[in-house]
Amino acid sequence: MSQTRTDSAAAQAAIRANKAKKRKQFIRALFSRKIVLVSAVIVVLIILVALFANQLMPFDPNKPSVRDRNQGPSAVHLLGTDEFGRDVLSRIIIGSRVSLIVGVLAVVIACIIGTSLGMIAGYFGGIVDDVISRIAEAVRVIPQVVLAIALCAVFGGGIVNMSIILGISNMTVYIRMMRSQVMSIKERDYIMAGRLQGNSNARLMLRHILPNSISPIIVTMTQQIGGTILSEAGLSFLGLGISTPTASWGTLVSGGRSYLLTNPVYSLAPGVCIALLVICLNSLGDGVRDALDPRLRGEL
Amino acid sequence: MASKHLLEIRNLVTTFRSDNREFNAIEGVSMHVDRGEIVGIVGESGSGKSVTMLSSLQLIASPGRVAGGEVYLEGVKDNLLSYGSDSEEMRQIRGGRISMIFQEPMTSLNPVLTVGYQIQENILLHKKVTPEEAKRRTIEAMKMVNIPDAETRYDYYPQQFSGGMRQRIMIAMAMAPGPDILIADEATTALDVTTQAQLLEMIRDIAKKTNTAVIMVTHNLGLVARYAERIYVMYGGHIMETSDCVEVFHNTKHPYTRALLRAIPRLDDPKDRVLIPIDGLPPVPSQRPPYCPFYERCEYRCDACKANTDYSLKQVGENHWSSCILTQQQLDEGAEALLHKNYGESPVRPQLDDYCLKVSNVRKYFPVYKGLLRKKVGEVKAIEDIAFDLKQGETLGVVGESGCGKTTLARCIMRMYEPDEGTIIFGGRDIAHLKDKELKPVRPKISMIFQDPFSSLDPRQSAESIVGESLLIHKLVNGRTEYENRVDELLRKVGMDPAMKDRVAHEFSGGQRQRIGIARALSSNPDLIICDEPISALDVSIQAQIINLLEKIQAETGISYIFIAHDLAVVKHISDRILVMYLGRVMEIAECDELYEHPLHPYTQALLSAIPVADPLVEAQREAVPIQGEVPSILKRPSGCPFHNRCPRATERCSQEVPALHTVKGSHQVACHLV
Repeated sequence: MSQTRTDSAAAQAAIRANKAKKRKQFIRALFSRKIVLVSAVIVVLIILVALFANQLMPFDPNKPSVRDRNQGPSAVHLLGTDEFGRDVLSRIIIGSRVSLIVGVLAVVIACIIGTSLGMIAGYFGGIVDDVISRIAEAVRVIPQVVLAIALCAVFGGGIVNMSIILGISNMTVYIRMMRSQVMSIKERDYIMAGRLQGNSNARLMLRHILPNSISPIIVTMTQQIGGTILSEAGLSFLGLGISTPTASWGTLVSGGRSYLLTNPVYSLAPGVCIALLVICLNSLGDGVRDALDPRLRGEL
Repeated sequence: MASKHLLEIRNLVTTFRSDNREFNAIEGVSMHVDRGEIVGIVGESGSGKSVTMLSSLQLIASPGRVAGGEVYLEGVKDNLLSYGSDSEEMRQIRGGRISMIFQEPMTSLNPVLTVGYQIQENILLHKKVTPEEAKRRTIEAMKMVNIPDAETRYDYYPQQFSGGMRQRIMIAMAMAPGPDILIADEATTALDVTTQAQLLEMIRDIAKKTNTAVIMVTHNLGLVARYAERIYVMYGGHIMETSDCVEVFHNTKHPYTRALLRAIPRLDDPKDRVLIPIDGLPPVPSQRPPYCPFYERCEYRCDACKANTDYSLKQVGENHWSSCILTQQQLDEGAEALLHKNYGESPVRPQLDDYCLKVSNVRKYFPVYKGLLRKKVGEVKAIEDIAFDLKQGETLGVVGESGCGKTTLARCIMRMYEPDEGTIIFGGRDIAHLKDKELKPVRPKISMIFQDPFSSLDPRQSAESIVGESLLIHKLVNGRTEYENRVDELLRKVGMDPAMKDRVAHEFSGGQRQRIGIARALSSNPDLIICDEPISALDVSIQAQIINLLEKIQAETGISYIFIAHDLAVVKHISDRILVMYLGRVMEIAECDELYEHPLHPYTQALLSAIPVADPLVEAQREAVPIQGEVPSILKRPSGCPFHNRCPRATERCSQEVPALHTVKGSHQVACHLV
């Protein structure tokens, strides 16, 4: 009896060691490329800035000051001021919240709806697949901006509405991706083995199909956050998304547009922020994909 | 320094780079080939046999690199390795003087070019001839490989040919420029046994007619016994033994070759022979020891082996070289000791008289739809009139070539498919037409072991959750402790260390994965396990381990097996009775020995004769039953007896009337008008 207990204790220790080893391997694989490490650091910095925006802002971002209108960068206003004399740096700092929240929330909404619909379509096939695929195509044929404009006009702007709108217009990517993933995976032997063991459809989908098809979805998610932030900025730039005086990077670029020649930093600084965040998120996404895939890790 | 042989390889070393470390895939391989001879290179996967061939043609791709050695070809003054890999000289040699055919006929032809163009291209590249002359030679080459209507087929595309025909075209392409050496790298492994026999027969005839040397690279000892004249046995990047074919099989020197021969089942084995598996796994090339690579698994090993790092080939007889450092006396003593070593009896498997499964009259057709509106245009007649029964504790072997409906039959029994017609009595109940809900209590009683251990395990699940899944689904255990104990017990039963249960599938080797698959199949205490080619994806030395494991489990639990395979030798070893299928119909059912000694159906006879036995002397005595043509497409089943258009004894009646399965004597049943 004591023999078996030591056996299982040793086994438990081995299991724990193995798990820790695997985590370490993943992290090492993820940051083995410098660009991924740099991206991760920048993304974390931007997230920290968004979290501690209130402490970091040198000025109240929404307080106008007629005297300081349209100033260039100076020691007081590091990135200058806008046409109402508001501090651009403060507005960029607070605007990072909008960008990040909309970006992440929209992608999560798109992913949840799209992945479940895609999985159902791919798994059941037939008429279910036809209906879901046609809906996805219908959403897909309307240009994203037009769709977003229409939905914004109906539901109005605001952070939550923006996220839902961008989520819906982005979900087709996940539907199609998940559907094709599931269609190839459900033919594998281990799915048949699972079915033979008496798994129900729901369990088969959640336990066997989802974990095996999720890694491209995760990669797409990290890459789409960048794209969605860009879309949000674009819509805000057009004056459809976040309404004034709330600062978002898109509205900042839009506001600075008229003063591009006299006060270029006003418009360029938020633009650079958008570009930086999007690029970093994309390369982080690539890094996650490479680290998740055992084939690319060179273990297979 | 030129060589007196047609091709001579000296001390070839090829390294691969992985994890920033270089390791040798092959270490100092030397071999030679003479004009017109057929040389076999046998070895398990990873032994370096393909790497040797590719290296000598400088076809090794990054991260591989030829690190040393010399290759001499008759008529070329310099070492071939001194030319650049893309140099004019090398390109003329590849395809022009040394041709190669690969394993996968489905992917080795370009689908957008006609086969005639592809063969002709090879001639134009290597011979100075006009296009008209090249075309003439192309058609000649196609005729040489027995492609009917070669003139018309010249303009066909690859997808208009079957797999066997495509491989013929590959051979025509390789032979068209008149090479001196033909390298066949597992060229027939992907094909059916009858097609394989036809093709190798043909390669041998062509080689003898044109005085071309053939290098057969294969893992199949039977094939080299039948076709090769001289053999190189490779293991762990080294040549272990080389000699004439008969010498290697009958005066075997190297312990590895001896172990291999004892591990493989043979068609002419007595029924109760115990297979003696080679313990352990082949060494990973990056962790190969400096001493003999077979040391860890060798039954003859002694301390001297470990101290010795020079295991180059040593002459041990006339034209016989072995890398083993043991003396003849030591080997004899070792063999004597092994003879008395007890490997256990072949497990006695209890058989009851109760039936586990009764299948009668099962039919399954698959509709073929076409066009936008998915109109039904025809049916694939996958299986028809299948009838057999299986006793508890019995093993029924199901053999047949690809497309014969073995897998469809298995899936009907497992109720992945619902048969169109017929009854499947399992556990006293007809399960043929049960609904999904009603099937749930039946599911744990029928399990399956899959062919491909790589795709049959969920890559995201740990061994523990793979094995334990059905315990949870069917609530076969109470509580966490019982679950863990049961999983550990199952893993131990299949010879795995439970400490490894947290690992995911890709951390295991092929053999270990198959063991996990077996543990999964056993987890729900089934009455019947369907084994769908469970060992054909494994290495020879691992196969015996799995076969023995399956037999041991049956002896312990009294489970019934349906064992599906195309390798008749393995089926014969493990089965009590054998069912032969062809084009969706049962051709013959008989007791194992009865079927082997008195095959009645002409198809069974042809099938048995197509399977080579790993013994050149036995091979020489066996009479060949010729078989014509290839398995017809599943959409165009012949009328009457499905075999009549390939059968040497077919009569008028065979083409009109489907022969019924009738009992000949005892339990021997056959579906043939002539018997």
